[in-house]
Amino acid sequence: MEKSGERKEVVLLACGSFNPITNMHLRLFELARDHLHETGKYKVIKGMISPVGDGYKKKGLIEAHHRVAMAELATRSSDWVTVDTWESLQEEWVETAQVFRHHYQQLSSNSSEYNKDDDVILIKKKKRKLEKEEAALEKTVPYRSETKGVPELKLLCGADLLESFGTPNLWKQEDIIEIVGKFGLVCISRGGTNAQKFIYESDVLWKYKNNIAVVEEWIPNEISATRIRRSLRRGRSVRYLLPELVVDYIEKNDLYSAESEEKNADVILAPLQRYTKDANN
Amino acid sequence: MKMVTRIPVALLACGSFNPITNMHMRLFELARDHLHHTDKGRYMVVEGIISPVSDKYSKKGLVPAKHRVAMAQLALETSDWIRVDPWESEQQQWSETVKVLRQHVRYSVPLADCPAQQQSSTFMKTVSEREKKYWEKSQNSLIEKSSSEGWQRTFLLELKLLCGADVLESFGTPDLWRKEHIEEIVGKFGLVCVSRSGTDPQQFIHESDILSKYDHNIHLAREWIQNELSATQVRRALRRGKSIKYLLPDSVIDYIKQHNIYTADSEQANSSETLQPLKLQSTVVNLLND
Repeated sequence: MEKSGERKEVVLLACGSFNPITNMHLRLFELARDHLHETGKYKVIKGMISPVGDGYKKKGLIEAHHRVAMAELATRSSDWVTVDTWESLQEEWVETAQVFRHHYQQLSSNSSEYNKDDDVILIKKKKRKLEKEEAALEKTVPYRSETKGVPELKLLCGADLLESFGTPNLWKQEDIIEIVGKFGLVCISRGGTNAQKFIYESDVLWKYKNNIAVVEEWIPNEISATRIRRSLRRGRSVRYLLPELVVDYIEKNDLYSAESEEKNADVILAPLQRYTKDANN
Repeated sequence: MKMVTRIPVALLACGSFNPITNMHMRLFELARDHLHHTDKGRYMVVEGIISPVSDKYSKKGLVPAKHRVAMAQLALETSDWIRVDPWESEQQQWSETVKVLRQHVRYSVPLADCPAQQQSSTFMKTVSEREKKYWEKSQNSLIEKSSSEGWQRTFLLELKLLCGADVLESFGTPDLWRKEHIEEIVGKFGLVCVSRSGTDPQQFIHESDILSKYDHNIHLAREWIQNELSATQVRRALRRGKSIKYLLPDSVIDYIKQHNIYTADSEQANSSETLQPLKLQSTVVNLLND
């Protein structure tokens, strides 16, 4: 039952390579949850890590089953963050907006207060609305989830993902609108001014700025997976930068070498390939 | 037949460890990697020692030593080369760092005549499979010798102080360190200083006569993976009810919760006290004035 003053339930969804997962990724969840709770308006009930599929074809991306295994080991000690394998199991790369639609569907059908009939009507309404959206971007009025009992699904990310919205051919405009307008973003950044500035300079993001929570990370840490892989290639220790179980797993399976970093080196990233092709058609 | 001798090294880190964090443990990993990869692999790091300071240090917010030692022990349960030594924390008075160094070198075990084979296996035990492969690939032979020959040398463990750039720079704070002690620490023992980008320890060394003199005994390791994690930050987060997960080992977090160690009150401990080394120095000055 929704009462004013009652907290809205939220599920945080993080999409990314997780190649490998690091303590920094895990911190994003903790920071986001603390922030949302502090606003008094939200209650974070679940965190989901959704590693990208191999179809993404990013340079140095190792097999999904390893990345999933490591994420599972990393979240073993968490009572609210889990790993979802749906995206990683798809053969072709799946757009983030599609991943959201999939998970939102799951949440809707799982909801205990879910009224099936209401939702069928809602789905039909959504479909019509989406068709309209594709026709006229400016006229689109994405709606927030107001279905009773269904938690809000938000994209959890770093400022780099937010800024990647600006990279040509990496995202479809409609997808950005859907993710930010319908779902919402929790963006963790250090030196929040960069994220704020980027939002300010983008019409779409500015329009939905109330759906974007920028969380300042006061304990900045640059444990990027790229640097981790570099250290590993050079025979250096990465202990205490990732969970112990993940360090052991990497060791045991001998992951991340100069060879693995060359994977997909001559292949174009899936979204770039897909959107450039669409543009050319 | 090539013989490469490696100088065995133990790293000693003194500090509050209030509480121990992933960053503290990273210092050890970085220092070890650095010593192994520089100077054509001159050193072999065989041991790491964490020595939490005694309660008598009177630093603001310092919680009882027994907790700090217990937390460090929990954190290091999974390490096969770093351990906690409670000696310093158990002393009745605060101990100057140089005394702790002297204490530990007294009980270090000299590697008596040992065949190269044995020495190599000691080294191999302390590094991971990955590192072994790296060594093999880079053709940095550790020790190659014929099996018939023995080794006729005695190796004494070199004990070095492991610290961050902030400690190095604290050598410049008036009355915090005694000049003779700095000389002994850097001259006799040696320093491994891990710094983050943005700090310039080399500059600081250059501007100090003592440090410049023993420049060869100061090893500077760089932390490229920027990390501003500090125990102060952790305590702040705890006071504000924020999560500290993934900043320190789960076992330490559980311990803190269980014993309710860090609170607004605990942070006020010693707030009216003077830091012990400063107290001592001013006492010395007063005696001279009489």
